[in-house]
Amino acid sequence: MLKEKRYLVLEDGTVYEGYPFGANRASEGELVFNTSMTGVQEVITDLSYTDQIVTFTYPLIGNTGMNIEDSESFSAQARGVVVREACTDPSNFRTTETLDAFLKRHDIPGISGIDTRSITRKLRSGGVMKAVITDETYHEDLIELLQNSTFRTDQVKRASTKTPYISTGPGPRVVLIDYGKKENIVRQLNSYGCDVTVVPHDTTAEEIRQMRPDGVMLSNGPGDPANIPDQIKTVRELLGIPMFGICMGHQLFGLACGARTYKMKFGHRGSNHPVKNLSNGKIEITSQNHGFSIDPDTLEGTSLEVTHLALNDGTVEGLRHTEYPAFSVQYHPEAGAGPHDPGYLFNEFIELMNQKEANHA
Amino acid sequence: MPKREDIKTILVIGSGPIIIGQAAEFDYAGTQACLALKEEGYRVILVNSNPATIMTDKEIADVVYIEPLTPDFIARIIRKEHPDALLPTLGGQVGLNMAVELDRLGILEENGVELLGTKLDSIKQAEDRDLFRQLMNQMEVPVPDSDIITTMEEAHTFKDRVGYPFIVRPAFTMGGTGGGICYNDADLAEIVANGLKYSPVSQCLVEKSIAGFKEIEYEVMRDSNDNAIVVCNMENIDPVGIHTGDSIVVAPTQTLTDKEHQMLRDVSLGVIRELGIEGGCNVQLALDPDSFDYYIIEVNPRVSRSSALASKATGYPIAKLAAKIAIGMTLDEMINPITGTSYAAFEPALDYVVSKIPRFPFDKFEKGERKLGTQMKATGEVMAIGRTYEESLLKAIRSLEYGVHHLGLPNGDDFELDYINEMIQKQSDERLFYIGEALRRGVSKETIHEWTKIDMFFLKKFEHIIEIEHELKENQGSMDHLKWAKTYGFSDRVIGHRWGMDEKEIFQLRKSNGIMPVYKMVDTCAAEFESETPYFYGTYEFENESIVSDREKIVVLGSGPIRIGQGVEFDYATVHAVWAIQEAGYEAIIINNNPETVSTDFSISDKLYFEPLTHEDVMNVIDLEQPKGVVVQFGGQTAINLADRLERDGVRILGTSLDDLDRAEDRKRFEALLRKIDVPQPLGKTATNEQEALDNAEHIGYPVLVRPSYVLGGRAMEIVYNEDELKNYMRDAVKASPEHPVLIDRYLTGKEIEVDAISDGKNVIIPGIMEHIERAGVHSGDSIAVYPPVTLTNNEINTLKEYTQKLALGLKTVGLINIQFVLSDGEVFVLEVNPRASRTVPFMSKITEIPMANLAMKAILGTDLKETGYPLGLAPFKQGYHVKAPVFSFSKLKNVDITLGPEMKSTGEVMGKDLSLNKALYKGLVASGLEVKDHGTVLMTVADKDKEEAVELAHRLSQCGYRIMATAGTGEALAERQIPYITVNKVSEGQDSLLKWIQNGSVQIVINTMTKGKQVERDGFRIRRESVENGIPCLTSLDTARTLVEVIESMTFNMEKM
Repeated sequence: MLKEKRYLVLEDGTVYEGYPFGANRASEGELVFNTSMTGVQEVITDLSYTDQIVTFTYPLIGNTGMNIEDSESFSAQARGVVVREACTDPSNFRTTETLDAFLKRHDIPGISGIDTRSITRKLRSGGVMKAVITDETYHEDLIELLQNSTFRTDQVKRASTKTPYISTGPGPRVVLIDYGKKENIVRQLNSYGCDVTVVPHDTTAEEIRQMRPDGVMLSNGPGDPANIPDQIKTVRELLGIPMFGICMGHQLFGLACGARTYKMKFGHRGSNHPVKNLSNGKIEITSQNHGFSIDPDTLEGTSLEVTHLALNDGTVEGLRHTEYPAFSVQYHPEAGAGPHDPGYLFNEFIELMNQKEANHA
Repeated sequence: MPKREDIKTILVIGSGPIIIGQAAEFDYAGTQACLALKEEGYRVILVNSNPATIMTDKEIADVVYIEPLTPDFIARIIRKEHPDALLPTLGGQVGLNMAVELDRLGILEENGVELLGTKLDSIKQAEDRDLFRQLMNQMEVPVPDSDIITTMEEAHTFKDRVGYPFIVRPAFTMGGTGGGICYNDADLAEIVANGLKYSPVSQCLVEKSIAGFKEIEYEVMRDSNDNAIVVCNMENIDPVGIHTGDSIVVAPTQTLTDKEHQMLRDVSLGVIRELGIEGGCNVQLALDPDSFDYYIIEVNPRVSRSSALASKATGYPIAKLAAKIAIGMTLDEMINPITGTSYAAFEPALDYVVSKIPRFPFDKFEKGERKLGTQMKATGEVMAIGRTYEESLLKAIRSLEYGVHHLGLPNGDDFELDYINEMIQKQSDERLFYIGEALRRGVSKETIHEWTKIDMFFLKKFEHIIEIEHELKENQGSMDHLKWAKTYGFSDRVIGHRWGMDEKEIFQLRKSNGIMPVYKMVDTCAAEFESETPYFYGTYEFENESIVSDREKIVVLGSGPIRIGQGVEFDYATVHAVWAIQEAGYEAIIINNNPETVSTDFSISDKLYFEPLTHEDVMNVIDLEQPKGVVVQFGGQTAINLADRLERDGVRILGTSLDDLDRAEDRKRFEALLRKIDVPQPLGKTATNEQEALDNAEHIGYPVLVRPSYVLGGRAMEIVYNEDELKNYMRDAVKASPEHPVLIDRYLTGKEIEVDAISDGKNVIIPGIMEHIERAGVHSGDSIAVYPPVTLTNNEINTLKEYTQKLALGLKTVGLINIQFVLSDGEVFVLEVNPRASRTVPFMSKITEIPMANLAMKAILGTDLKETGYPLGLAPFKQGYHVKAPVFSFSKLKNVDITLGPEMKSTGEVMGKDLSLNKALYKGLVASGLEVKDHGTVLMTVADKDKEEAVELAHRLSQCGYRIMATAGTGEALAERQIPYITVNKVSEGQDSLLKWIQNGSVQIVINTMTKGKQVERDGFRIRRESVENGIPCLTSLDTARTLVEVIESMTFNMEKM
């Protein structure tokens, strides 16, 4: 039986008692939930979770342990991990360590034994909130501290690569602007033959144009896109080059073209989100992870058209520029974790780059 | 796409009787489908031969036919009703095969009937092994090295190519009938021959065995706009090699990374897209535990047992949506019925763990072969939901009602470790429990993994359960440990056992320390969206979501897993009771654990608690809900067994009181009642030892019916004809003692009569009387029953009516009562009284149009039966004849003796109705799977006592044009009457014995009555089994045989020479 105690303290004053795993330290962040039943390693290593404490709604977490292949970045990115049960004896042929060991190695605390469903219900009705994982037994001050703390706004800066690097391929040259990218975007582009140059978030349009890319990929990333006006400007300046935005890249593309974003109540995080492709009326099941979204009311007067909508709540999930070869989706066509249904979007990107090539020739 | 407007009337074919491989799940699917089609405004015509189903209620379809499921009868319905379309994929393999057959015969085309949903070509492509393999090869989806064979020679050729072991799967059969794994030449000879015989197209797939791979299932749906989703994936804890219906299953998968999951998801969706499935579909895959290698095993292009499980596991109603897809609707335009706010085009997210454990019939068939393989053997299953794996597993285990309550056997300490280890390696139905025993004795999980290939993840969980046991033992009285154990699903009883306390003490300890379960909602979306679905499971956590309403509530206890003796009939009664409670204005709450049933559809009751039916789990719900009372009389023995302790804990049991239930079961009290109300019963006595038994039997006179007093449902009941047999019985079959006496009754070889009635304590409604074809001694559930009675005099009917009223009122029955009588020499005796819902409630309700369960429930709630508008006393007999015929699953259960006797053996039933008795009987026999031909060969081997009757039947068969085959003994008797016959050798007479004639298809009917003793080595056993294995009807009661002869006679023209 687990004996040591650990606590999850929420901004609204709720205190959950659980058991410690991962690093032995306190950690504060924005508490969110993810409904995926697989892909724990991918989620925890996803830079989009920077400054967030992630609650897994599925109760048994870490059953397949961690391996050396499935990470979406070099480290654990979430600020903390909240689970019902953390598996101590994982079983999968690729397993190299337990979730606990992995989190310890990356100095991220976790808490288990938590009624994660009650957290989800709380976030569903009250919206995301700040929380802290702690071993302290006195919580009054912590609650006050949480209520008065403000979110940082420099997540992209911290998440992005500091220097450019190349992941080679024989095909079209793609510059991937890294706002906190998932490794699978690079893997996917490479699998389509793309020659990928990953550049820091603050690379200027001029610098990128000098690389003579066939296309620009705007990556996913953490935080509020409105916090990075310079990057929005860069995207605007790059219009004309075939462009594909994913998640935060999608929001930046929208902002660059005149739309606005808003913060959602509790966001979309999971691998089962249905999206309707308006061009053919078909549904694709997608992996999503976003707390901000494009405000559809601000699209009027822009050159953007909506290509995809979330089936359940009508959230804008895809945009296309009516003049420039540019499009974006709010969800994750690169999967990792999640379904491969929207994989065709990479084809469309390649197509766009080829067309451009043909037009030039 | 909106629904189709060009069709108005849709025919739905049900799945027929409950047999192994096809149980209540198709009543659930069919009911949902019919309701969904009606909801969209179509006129629904339903045909099914099984009267014990909800789907055959008039409320479910617009027009209901209870007729045999043969192309002939369905064609007649089509010609009469002119449906525009036929929905074939919701009635299991039977419904699907029927549609294929109707199409092949040109009946659909001739009558302009369109097939809805998945196209026939796709069905063929999915079901025909060869076509399927071609398609997989085309798609580059790996399939195990395999071949299609149609002869033994081809099987040998395949064996020479890939070697042993390999799997044999007959084409177009359900539940893997006739299949198996061949390890050597002897297996090959037997299994391949069988497989070819059972396949309607004489075709088998032989396949390289990939035993040991993980077996993973994907339940998928696709609509006509090519939207395809995964509803649920499931992992079989038992690796490939054990039929998925016999496997312990967990949902969702536990040991797959996202990479593996997405890979298999892509394959599953790719395959159903390629096949063009429109509706629900099941994809079975095998995944190498050590690499990304996988194989596709098979695809079921229809709703299945697994889809019922997936529906209950996720809340997502597959059959309902599949029906709507069939009429052209698409997933993105249908609302997810469980959330009411989101759409059906999504993939459910679970935030709990689901365990399914199959329920096997080996408590009834002790001599049955218990080794599991590719042939399904389970009759039913239980499901349990928890927030830890251990919790879901332990809850499922205690739902089984085997006498096991935990990860181990009740008498586990009695076994030698060697035996336990052997049983684990043997892959028997009890393997899980033996694994628990082995772990408890320190066998390492690595060793068990070597033997079983069960994933280490699960073995670690099993081991964890044992660790918690030890911790409990070492920390007596620790509330922290108590709470910890509860979160892992330990029952109070098991904890009490470790702490030397009883269940009640633990319950009180828990209650006073606030360790009570909370109830969480099953909502398809892991709480992401608000749902109002009243579908709950219990667990030990922080927040309770089951909000107790301020309405008055009635709790109905369900009947648990389908098993022999307790089938879908009790679910029928449960559902009707719920509806009656709702009509009466109360909130109806169901507790049940069977995922296959209609009662566990969340839309039936006001609240569904998917929980084990144990005292503790039921009390927890009652503690929260504080109902006005609990109803136990509709849930079979399962619910009745709980009543006593519930009442002792202060719960109000509604309806007939427990004291009166006891009066019907306690022999002494029952005798006293009978004396008081002046109803006779066969002379009987109890005995506590052998000598007493012999003395009493002598006094009563042989033959006597003997049975232990402490076992219900006909178990270990036998008819003994002399002193020697009685001695054997007393020595081998029972352990008589003063606490557990043996009951010895005079065995009256009379006509058995069955009556169902409803009482409110003052008035009695008797919907009807049924007469059994087989004389007393054959379990009523295995008898052919006829309504109205055919041979009874008015006097006898009046006596039956009078006795029924006396018994119902004498037992102060409030609700249902079922009574078995025997009519011997013109005198009526009562054999048995059960003041509760019986197997015949749906049958009688449907025939007489008296809604028995509904009236009974109303009476329980205080309605005076006089006010219901139904006539009191015996209802006038309805026109025509109605026959209830039993259906058996013997071909799926090796080594089980098929002889009918006092112990029930059938798994399901069918109804035949028509204006004349013989036509009704014909339909009953045909619907039960018997082919009634007007000529052929009948093989007769009967006991000496039966010779006279048998000769008479032989004569009549011979007159009809049947050839008689007989062994020397029976032959002599035939010769005396100058009946022509062919002599065949006895089994013991070596190679050219009668078995050969059964095997080579020369015989169409076998009539064999049992000599004596129960020794399976006996010739009779081999004859009966050989008949079953060869699909030849074998009649073990001359009464059944006589009925068949009468039906044959009625079909034949009389041919007398001039």
